[in-house]
Amino acid sequence: MTDIAIREIIGSLVVLLGAFFLFSAGLGVLRMPDAYTRIQAGTKATTLGNLLVLLGLGIHNPDWALKLLLIAGFVLMTNPVSSHALSRAAHRIGIPMARSTVTDALRDDEQREAERRNDSADASSGTDTDTRADGGRA
Amino acid sequence: MADALLTLSGVLIFFGILFSVARLAIGPTVVDRVVAVDMLTVITIALIALYAHISGRFIYVDVALVYGLLSFLAVLAIARYLERGL
Repeated sequence: MTDIAIREIIGSLVVLLGAFFLFSAGLGVLRMPDAYTRIQAGTKATTLGNLLVLLGLGIHNPDWALKLLLIAGFVLMTNPVSSHALSRAAHRIGIPMARSTVTDALRDDEQREAERRNDSADASSGTDTDTRADGGRA
Repeated sequence: MADALLTLSGVLIFFGILFSVARLAIGPTVVDRVVAVDMLTVITIALIALYAHISGRFIYVDVALVYGLLSFLAVLAIARYLERGL
């Protein structure tokens, strides 16, 4: 009897910790200065909060644990994918960053890639057409 | 004791949803609104699981599972639409 009570209290504390993380995720989404930091705050904190809530419910009633584990694994797989696709789309369509942003590594990478592609196209334009003609004949 | 803690977590989750809806309403760009919707879906999964525990019905966990399966597709579709059109 006391064993069950202790388990319920521990599970409730873990659920409360997860709910606090969900609350702080909402606070971060409301207070962060630009879209990218909002993506970061909203995604990571909700993932951790969700996992902790599911873990607490699993401690509460262990016979649900398998299905809760399934939900947790699915959240752990899908949440980074959606946030990554969203932040990449935001960078592609030019959502402005906060004024205190120091560096933009993705823009630097894309510039370097474009320069490299231009250089290789200038250097080997003749051989490119030759190989393409060979491939067509073969 | 345990019920009071669960009620307090429900209140905290309610405030998280409230802040997220505020960002959904005032978000200056479309990406901010999509982030708010994404966050709402993940919070709702946790809330459905919590409600399944409080009401004592195991079948509601299936609702959370299906919601988690389907909700992230919307964000992927919107991200792809923003990037290069559908």
